[in-house]
Amino acid sequence: MKLQTICDIVNGNILNEFQDSSDYTKAFASDLMSDVLRFSMENTVLITGLSTIQTIRTAEITNLSCLIIARDKKVSCDMINLAAHSRISIISTQASVFEISGLLYEKGLKPVY
Amino acid sequence: MKMQYFIQGGDFSAGGRASTEVKSIIKQFNISPEKIRRIAIALYEAEMNVVAHAFKGKMDVDLRPDHIRVVFIDEGPGIEDIDKAMEEGFSTASDEVRQMGFGAGMGLPNIKRNCDEMLLSSVPGKGTRLEIKVLF
Ligand SMILES: Nc1ncnc2c1ncn2[C@@H]1O[C@H](COP(=O)(O)OP(=O)(O)OP(=O)(O)O)[C@@H](O)[C@H]1O
Ligand SMILES: [Mg+2]
Repeated sequence: MKLQTICDIVNGNILNEFQDSSDYTKAFASDLMSDVLRFSMENTVLITGLSTIQTIRTAEITNLSCLIIARDKKVSCDMINLAAHSRISIISTQASVFEISGLLYEKGLKPVY
Repeated sequence: MKMQYFIQGGDFSAGGRASTEVKSIIKQFNISPEKIRRIAIALYEAEMNVVAHAFKGKMDVDLRPDHIRVVFIDEGPGIEDIDKAMEEGFSTASDEVRQMGFGAGMGLPNIKRNCDEMLLSSVPGKGTRLEIKVLF
């Protein structure tokens, strides 16, 4: 599934655009970064309510290239700059983690765990 | 190849910078992506432990043709009971740390899972030393 498709499904906005040709097949939802760090995140989208610089760092470390920030949590400029530097796309949406997970699951993204 | 980084306790905005930098350096060598992933995760968890639990520390990286060895030494409260700290779910993290997405008590077990050798020692009231080795 392409970035733009995911963005449309969750009715979001892409905050950080870069040429992302990834084909996402899986999703993982968590606010706990140590939890994210336990699994292999290839071709995975992270759905989270945690909008901090550590969300981006964790993505960098685990090779995540797409984050969906739930419930319109504020995404700081520092986060966007760091994400741009590491070629990480950020989608922001009003939907909750629960809703986003349901929508993407229905459209065929698979669980990581 | 040797590298040294300083880690400031409590500085969550810089936390993870050193590990990310090491990750991009080792990517330039002929090391499998899976090994790179494991090293990056172990270093990041260890770096965040210094940020979350200690006052200040340093990270010494020694990269060799067949392995990487990284030593974290910090000044901080240290760890009273190492066995307990290694248990999944044990955490003394503050609310501030939890707000940053940490404090699940999963870091140390995760480090152990991702490296080939792990040595953890501590003097309570003084500090902690963690040594990690990953073979290529
Ligand atoms: N460098 C350190 N200095 C002092 N205490 C530490 C240090 N590293 C770990 N600890 C202690 O060991 C506990 C367990 O560490 P661990 O990394 O497993 O979990 P955590 O850091 O609390 O949470 P998480 O890693 O899941 O975000 C910590 O809560 C803390 O009490
Ligand atoms: Mg930890």
